Formats: sequence, structure tokens, C-alpha cells
Amino acid sequence: MGLTQEDKKALAKDAREKVATFGSDIDMDAFTPETDEHPYVEDISSFSQTEREQMLKAGVDLGAKNRSGTFVQKNLSVVHGRSSQEGMEIMDIEEARDKYNWLYDYWWKAVPVDMDKYTARAELHQEHGYFIRSLPGVKSIYPLQACLYLEEDNLAQDVHNIIIAEEGSELHIITGCATAPHVRSGLHVGISEFYVKKGAKLTFTMIHNWAGKMAVRPRSATIVEQGGLFLSNYVCMQPVGTLQMYPVTHLVGEESTARYNSILVATPGSEMDVGSRVFLKAKGARAEIISRAITTGGKITARGHIKGEVPGIKAHLECKGLILSDKGIIHAVPELEGHRMEVDLSHEAAVGKIAQEEVEYLMARGLSEEEATSTIVRGFLHVEIEGLPPELKAEMDRAVEISEKSLL
Amino acid sequence: MARKSNQPEKKLLVIEDLRVSVEEKEILHHVDLEINPGETHALFGPNGSGKTTLLMAAMGFPSYHITGGRILFRGEDITYLPLDQRANLGIGLSFQRPPTIKGVKMRQMLEICGKGEKDPESMAQSLDFEEFLDRDLNDGFSGGEIKRSELLQLMAQDPDFFLLDEPESGVDLESIALIGKVIEGLLQRETITHEGKSRKELKRERRKSGLIITHTGYILDYLDADIGHVLMDGELACSGNPREILKTIKERGYDECVRCCVNR
Repeated sequence: MGLTQEDKKALAKDAREKVATFGSDIDMDAFTPETDEHPYVEDISSFSQTEREQMLKAGVDLGAKNRSGTFVQKNLSVVHGRSSQEGMEIMDIEEARDKYNWLYDYWWKAVPVDMDKYTARAELHQEHGYFIRSLPGVKSIYPLQACLYLEEDNLAQDVHNIIIAEEGSELHIITGCATAPHVRSGLHVGISEFYVKKGAKLTFTMIHNWAGKMAVRPRSATIVEQGGLFLSNYVCMQPVGTLQMYPVTHLVGEESTARYNSILVATPGSEMDVGSRVFLKAKGARAEIISRAITTGGKITARGHIKGEVPGIKAHLECKGLILSDKGIIHAVPELEGHRMEVDLSHEAAVGKIAQEEVEYLMARGLSEEEATSTIVRGFLHVEIEGLPPELKAEMDRAVEISEKSLL
Repeated sequence: MARKSNQPEKKLLVIEDLRVSVEEKEILHHVDLEINPGETHALFGPNGSGKTTLLMAAMGFPSYHITGGRILFRGEDITYLPLDQRANLGIGLSFQRPPTIKGVKMRQMLEICGKGEKDPESMAQSLDFEEFLDRDLNDGFSGGEIKRSELLQLMAQDPDFFLLDEPESGVDLESIALIGKVIEGLLQRETITHEGKSRKELKRERRKSGLIITHTGYILDYLDADIGHVLMDGELACSGNPREILKTIKERGYDECVRCCVNR
């Protein structure tokens, strides 16, 4: 069915020079494509203190008891991957490819292999990535966690991840991308394909903790079947050189739902072009995209696109930006696209500074101007997320808190 | 007005010859007002007479520019003291139209107001407001809910001097009783005591003071204000028994106050 492996390779080769629609064009040859292998680590307590701390900032807690499985890729080697709950799989994608012949059916099914030069590169240079799957009807007791860690400066990391929530299952994942403290630059190309089967629920929380000169180009897409729920949370509040991503969800099943929440903070020198898009293709589909963007001097393009292709769908887009420095830019680009009469699409976008009225209100209650400002910013970043397990909420809150301190 | 030097702390609030401008326009001209500890004053006046401006200037909002005169609080000159420092000295204000702050919960605001020392739950109970504790501050609140929210914040803040801007406006009749009772409590004006003290003793022990703007005067049914003032065109036109003033206004309108004033 569809393209063979050879076809995909050929498409990728043809797309090698294909400039992406959004984001600055990256010279990928400037990064080192190879490095030494790292050995597998059986016992996760043997990771170094620095590694643990860096990963923790990205929400991956190697010491936590309340995780149903952990995956760690360091540079270009998978150094750990193990599930502790029956019916939950978490492993090196290469291992999964050897184990499951059918995995090829999912490979480049949601994301087109020839989308741009980054997807092409991932096909041609890919080194590992993770495979996470919940078996039919199985509900994860605790979230699974995955970390992609860069320890070498100027390295290129190209991964391909596949996540499958089988019918009626419930899967909660937290993934963190982090760099070692000495790393300044590097390239991360990450393909992630999500499949939410009939009646399944998948929550995916991703926290990025990159370095000031990193180039980051994730390419993600999700296919949600009937009655399925996909909930994606994204937090990037640490400096990054250039980050561009525009994940898409295809709601192909009736009564399926997608929700995206993004929290972005651009410090001086950071360039972020981040959006979420949902294509509603079946009756009763629902979508919500919420983003909060703050600039303290960097540039943020906050995109959002919802497309109603059939009658009886409903979706909302909310995009709010706070400018805390005159050197920063926030460019909100919300798009609504209706293809039928009976679609219900709405959006709300606002970009501006902190309202003086709110600051004074809090000052009248005894807070100093700085305290009042930070309370308002914290409130702005606080997005209520329905259906997020407490462990993941705690990790998100922690990531936001850590960054807030450096922000204000 | 000169104070006797041997009683330097007698007055809680002294406003002397105060002039206040908003957006380059002078709203208050030469206002004098004194409030003693334990006293509650009612402030009447037609729309646009400058009542809210007086409260906002006393609280220290930066867009209310004080262009003349001074404000003393417990003898300390606070004319140019920032908002937050006045709040921390013990001045609290209930807002007419407070802003919504997204992501800041009512509960969190009460912790802020009470410096973490008060229990939001029990305070909210007294205003029948528990179900709002986990809502975003003022988000979608009705007129009456805003009043309750404001009073709850003041309860947590526990200032010595209350500036209340029309606490009863937009509140349905049933809730006025509740709000009136809470304000009575905040200003330590309950007439019933469990400790068997006489009203005189209670009055002597009373520390809390207030300046309350009221249009309707309904709030006076729940607490006896000590003194009433009428503000007309940015000047205090007269002062006296608040009930009498209210009666005159109700029967003959503010014009009579002016006339009374002119003939004074």
C-alpha cells in the first residue's frame, strides 16, 4: 500500500534542497553529522548529576517513581529505553523497526517525507528516535518520559519518533529536549508521527530547553480516529537560536478532538516561528489551539490555523502575546478556513504590553510594582489544561516557574 | 487646619487644601477633610462631582495628579507616596470597576492581600463566595460578585482605613444586607457583641475608619456613618449628620445642598 521504502528515499533525495515554507533557512552542512557512540545505560541512577539536572529542566525526571517508562537518547545513541508497565512500550525506534514489520506503514504516513529539506534529511541521515505505544485498552498508570539530549557542541541530531495509542488506550507522555550546559549550538531535526486510534487518548507534553545558538526544526503530525483525543502541550521558555515548527493534526474520525497549548518565551537573540494547525475532516470534530507568547527581546511568530472541511465541526483559536521589551516582536498569525456552511470557527488574538490598570490594582493590595508585574506575567502564562495528568501538570508548572525566575 | 502639638496622632487622615487633576483637568479644588480613628464618613455628591477622584487620590493612583495641598496619614505626609506603600501603611480601597486578571485566581489574590496569613476558605464563606475561589480574578463576575470580591480582598488585606466606592451599587436587594453586614464588621461597627461590652465601650475600642461613597444611601441602613459630606464640583460643600444630608438630598436634590452651602 502506498509508497515503498525506495520511493520514500527517492522523494527525500529530491527534496534535499527544498527550502521550508517558514523560518530562516539553515545551512545544515555547518553541523557535525557524526560522533562517538555512547553505551547503553541499564540503571538510570547512573546518569551524571549535570545530565539529571538538565533533563529535569525539560521535565524528564530520572529519579521519579511516578513514571511508567523512560527513554533517553544522548547525541546519536539511545542510552536507555525501558517500560515498567505491561502494555506500554517505549524503545529505540530501530529496535521497534526490527521487531515490527508493520511499523513501515506508519513511517512517513502523517508527515510527508518530501515536505522540506528537514524531513528529507531525517529520512537520509536519521539516527534513532523513540517508539512509544500503548496496547489496545491499556491505560498508562503514570506518564512515560523521553529525553533527547545533546552533549556535543555543533552536532546534528536527526531523529524519527513514532507514537501510537492503540484503540481504547490512554497514553501520557512527557518529552524533553535538553542540551548540556557547555553546548552553544547544534541542529535538531525531529520527526514525530502520532497515531491516535479509535477511542484512544494521547496527551503529549514537550518541554524544550535548548541553547542560545541551537537550530531546531521539529516536524510533527497526528492522525486522530473516531472518538480519539490528542492533547499537545508545548513549552519553550529558554533561549534558542532559531526554532520553527508547525505541527498539524488531522481529525479524520467522527467526534475526535485535538487541543494544542503552547507557551513561548523569546529572550534576546531567540527567533521562534511556532504554530499549531488542525484540519477537521469528520463530523463532530473539535479543536482548540491556545498559545501564550512573551518576548523579552526576541522575535516570535505565533501561528495558528484551523480548517473546517466538513459540516458540524467546531474549533477555536486563541493567541495572546505580551511584549516586555521594545526590542522584541510578536507577530500573531491566526487563520480560520471554512469549507462548508455549517462550520463553527472562531479566534481571539491580542498582542500588547502589561495593562497598567492591572499593575495598579495589585499595587493597591500592597504588592510592589515588580511583584505585581510578575504576578500578572505568571497569570498570563498559566493556561488551564483539561485532561492533563497531575504529574505532567506539575512538570509543566515547574518548567514555567524555572523560566519565570530568569524572565523577570 | 492646625493640629495641637500635644496630640500628634489623633487624626487618622488629614487632607489639606487638596487639588487633584486628571488628564490636565483639575477635578478637585481645595478639599479639606479630617477623619479620626474609628470614624466612618459618608461621601455624597452628584455624578462627576469628584467623589471617586478623591478616593483614588487618597489611595495614590498615579493618574490622579496632586497639584496642591497635602495628605497626612497618622501624621505622616503621604501626598507623593506610591500606591503600594500606602496600602502597606493600612489604606485599602474597593474598586468600582476592577480589571480582570487572567490566570490569577481569587484564592491567590486573597493570599496576596492577606500576606499569606489569612485563610481564603473561611473568609470566602462569610461572603458566600467559596465557589469563586478558583476562578480567575473578576473574570465574568457580575456587578454584585465584583462587590463581594472587592470586600473579600479588603477583608484579607485588613487595612485601618477603608475607601469604599459605592459598595452597594449594582447589588440586588438581598445581597445588600450581606454586604452591609460585612462592611459593618470590617469597620468594627457591629452593635451586638458577644463579650458583653456596652456600645460606648465598643466605640471607644474601635480602630477602623472609612470613607464611603454612596449614591443611594442604602448602605447607611446597615452602618451608622458618623459624618456625611457633600462634594459639589470638586469642593466639599457641606458636612454634617449623614442621615440628615441624605434626607435633604432625597427630598430636594443636590441643589438644596448648594443653596444651603451658599447661605452658610
